[in-house]
Amino acid sequence: MRHTFAVHVEDTPGVLNRVASLFRRRAFNIESLTVGHTETAGVSRMTIVADTDDHGALRLEANLYKLVNVLRVDDITVRPSVQRDLAMIKVAATPETRTHVMQLVDVFRARVIDVAPDSVIIEATGPEDKIDGLVEVLRQYGVIEMVRTGCVAMARGPKIGGLGDGVERGTQVADEAPADDSNVSYSV
Amino acid sequence: MKRTGAQILWEALIREGVSTVFGYPGGAILPAYDAMLEFPIKHVLVRHEQGATHMADGYARAGGGVGVAVATSGPGATNMVTGIATAMLDSSPIVCITGQVGSKLIGSDAFQETDITGVTLPITKHNYLVSRAQDVARAVKEAFYVAKSGRPGPVLLDITKDAQQASCEVEWDDSEVTLPGYRPDLRATQEVYQRAIDMINNAKRPIIFAGHGIMLSGAMEVVRALAERANIPVAMTLLGIGGFPASHPLNLGMMGMHGEAWVNSAIQEADLLLAFGMRFDDRVTGNLATYAQNAKKIHIDIDPAEFNKNVKVDVPLTGDLRHVLEEILPHVTEGDRSSWLKAIEAMKGDCAVRDIQNLPDSGHLYAAHVINDLWRVTDGDAIVVTDVGQHQMWEAQYYHHDQPRTLITSGGLGTMGFALPAAIGAKFACPDKEVWAVVGDGGFQMTQAELATIAQEQIKVNVAIINNGYLGMVRQWQEFFYDRRYAATPLLNPDFVKLAEAYGLSGMAVTKRAGVVPGVEAAREHAGAVILEFKVEQEDSVFPMVPAGADLDKMIRRPSPIVETAAD
Ligand SMILES: Cc1cc2nc3c(=O)[nH]c(=O)nc-3n(C[C@H](O)[C@H](O)[C@H](O)COP(=O)(O)OP(=O)(O)OC[C@H]3O[C@@H](n4cnc5c(N)ncnc54)[C@H](O)[C@@H]3O)c2cc1C
Ligand SMILES: Cc1ncc(C[n+]2csc(CCOP(=O)(O)OP(=O)(O)O)c2C)c(N)n1
Ligand SMILES: [Mg+2]
Repeated sequence: MRHTFAVHVEDTPGVLNRVASLFRRRAFNIESLTVGHTETAGVSRMTIVADTDDHGALRLEANLYKLVNVLRVDDITVRPSVQRDLAMIKVAATPETRTHVMQLVDVFRARVIDVAPDSVIIEATGPEDKIDGLVEVLRQYGVIEMVRTGCVAMARGPKIGGLGDGVERGTQVADEAPADDSNVSYSV
Repeated sequence: MKRTGAQILWEALIREGVSTVFGYPGGAILPAYDAMLEFPIKHVLVRHEQGATHMADGYARAGGGVGVAVATSGPGATNMVTGIATAMLDSSPIVCITGQVGSKLIGSDAFQETDITGVTLPITKHNYLVSRAQDVARAVKEAFYVAKSGRPGPVLLDITKDAQQASCEVEWDDSEVTLPGYRPDLRATQEVYQRAIDMINNAKRPIIFAGHGIMLSGAMEVVRALAERANIPVAMTLLGIGGFPASHPLNLGMMGMHGEAWVNSAIQEADLLLAFGMRFDDRVTGNLATYAQNAKKIHIDIDPAEFNKNVKVDVPLTGDLRHVLEEILPHVTEGDRSSWLKAIEAMKGDCAVRDIQNLPDSGHLYAAHVINDLWRVTDGDAIVVTDVGQHQMWEAQYYHHDQPRTLITSGGLGTMGFALPAAIGAKFACPDKEVWAVVGDGGFQMTQAELATIAQEQIKVNVAIINNGYLGMVRQWQEFFYDRRYAATPLLNPDFVKLAEAYGLSGMAVTKRAGVVPGVEAAREHAGAVILEFKVEQEDSVFPMVPAGADLDKMIRRPSPIVETAAD
């Protein structure tokens, strides 16, 4: 299952590396990771989508908190939230097909932001599945290039809390632990 | 007054209480070495930077402080990797200081440039690249704070050469370090405490698991008070040995892969496990699917990432063990658990009395006897630092530790080569204690160059080499699980006595059981370090043994009890 985390970190050199390294070391798969500035100077915010179960998500949260530069971790999967992905898609468009492409762009509330003699660049924002849908219908015209930001997400309503109030956080506990021998090391 | 980054480094270290560092010089750290001469610092010159890290580790584990290791950039820094990983897995607080090429050269593949903060990122608790003199003081202060607070661990400070050379004004800041994202002081809620207390008071067949966290938190007394008040027997992890007195009537012994058979059986029958600062390593649990199915689990740990990692717990209590237990203790009622204690006693049966003193001498020399005699002759009062392998397990079984921080061993990483340098570090932390390195013939040769450090520093660390002519623990696995095909485990060894003499130390070989006690006594009486080589049975195995991944109580037992060692 997919879990979406909003992770506030100190904006220091290497912090992205530390977070990414943690995922790799603890064998979690990152589906997407975005990072950028926040309303607070010196604090960056990452949106990380990871493929893991609920037990894994709690372990991830607890392990993220062990990084000295991580200020706050929120698993917003379970909260009402808005999620957006931004894509730029370069599609082949001859004078004959251009109108068809434009119509599709309208239906998906996307925009054409550049037109060349035989292609257009489309900008689309929205939940990931909407963008997947747009890409799907554009394929028949020939998708030449595509770039996507990956998911950014925010919980609805009031802010989840301050950065410093996490003292009791990271202590939640999953109710399932793995019950196989997958974690046994067979080394001497 | 202006100070160079190098001067600030030493002054900052002294402000953290550092008196001794273990290191090896080179170009990128030369400014720091040059400045060192002006400061009251004892520098121990090692023979390999891995040795420096293990010494810092042994220093920290024996003395309870933070150990410091110093190395140059590039190969000096990469030689530290094994020691850093060792400290990481065993939560040992060390600070490693490496020189780095000048900040303008970073990224240019300069001579001896290695991205050591990148390399050590997953094996340090935290690390710093310091490229300005004015950042040195703060980085040192933070490094010590992070290394020793919360769950301890290694911190690396990589300081560029120009940062060591440049000068700046310093203002010493004596305030507490605060790091916004770092919270070593997590606490559980009151409601969780109450659940734990009720569970303890209602338990019929409880066992306390004494882990390394007891030492790290200084919780020996409160653990003992709780065990005594509630009459709860105590089992130990390898790193928990010494956290509860071995001679105490409630002590059961070690649990796990090479733990006592009755301990593992009792765990499977217990109705409550009280895990005190231990992390349910896979060497402790065996097969998780069948592990302690009848027991509820209370887990007290300072690191919440440990809860439910391997074993599902019913009550997780976050916090420093001593603090948590001090809150719980007043609410624990006196318990009569005599029938449970009797039941465990019955599980012992006639198996494995580790009292092997009165067994007849068959002419063979067994490692178990060597270690048991070492325990007797040293009154169980020495600091014993072991390497990794069979001798390590025999030490855990046959040397009975009553005091914390007297068994120092690499548990989590199982680093061969640890014992000799870590013993040197322990001696520097506790100069008045008797220190023994107990080491296999294989592992000894991984870091034997540190004999030169012993000689140069003229310290008294005795070394017991348990020479079985094999990489014994691996040979044992080959015997049990690979049809006795001894691929690459027989060793052709040097003459260890001559080797000791070549380093200017005393060497002695013991081949008979009757020679053990006189040998140990002679080594103790000798003024300098003594290397005692014990030529023991070559194909002896450690029993009992829970094969990796097997049910905890499905142990391989000694096939036919032989008289020389206990009937495990
Ligand atoms: C050849 C070999 C065989 C082995 N066989 C066995 C065996 O049979 N039995 C066995 O037990 N081990 C065995 N080990 C060792 C094993 O691999 C682990 O290293 C060991 O079990 C870990 O013990 P621990 O959990 O007590 O300590 P650690 O791994 O050091 O864990 C300490 C725990 O305490 C917590 N902690 C730290 N400070 C505090 C504090 N202030 N308050 C509260 N909690 C704190 C930490 O967060 C951590 O969870 C073997 C190792 C080798 C190399
Ligand atoms: C650095 C390192 N390499 C390999 C191993 C795997 N290993 C574990 S125990 C062991 C054998 C140790 O032999 P020795 O030092 O002679 O001790 P013995 O088991 O014979 O007492 C080996 C090779 C290890 N733990 N560490
Ligand atoms: Mg050997």
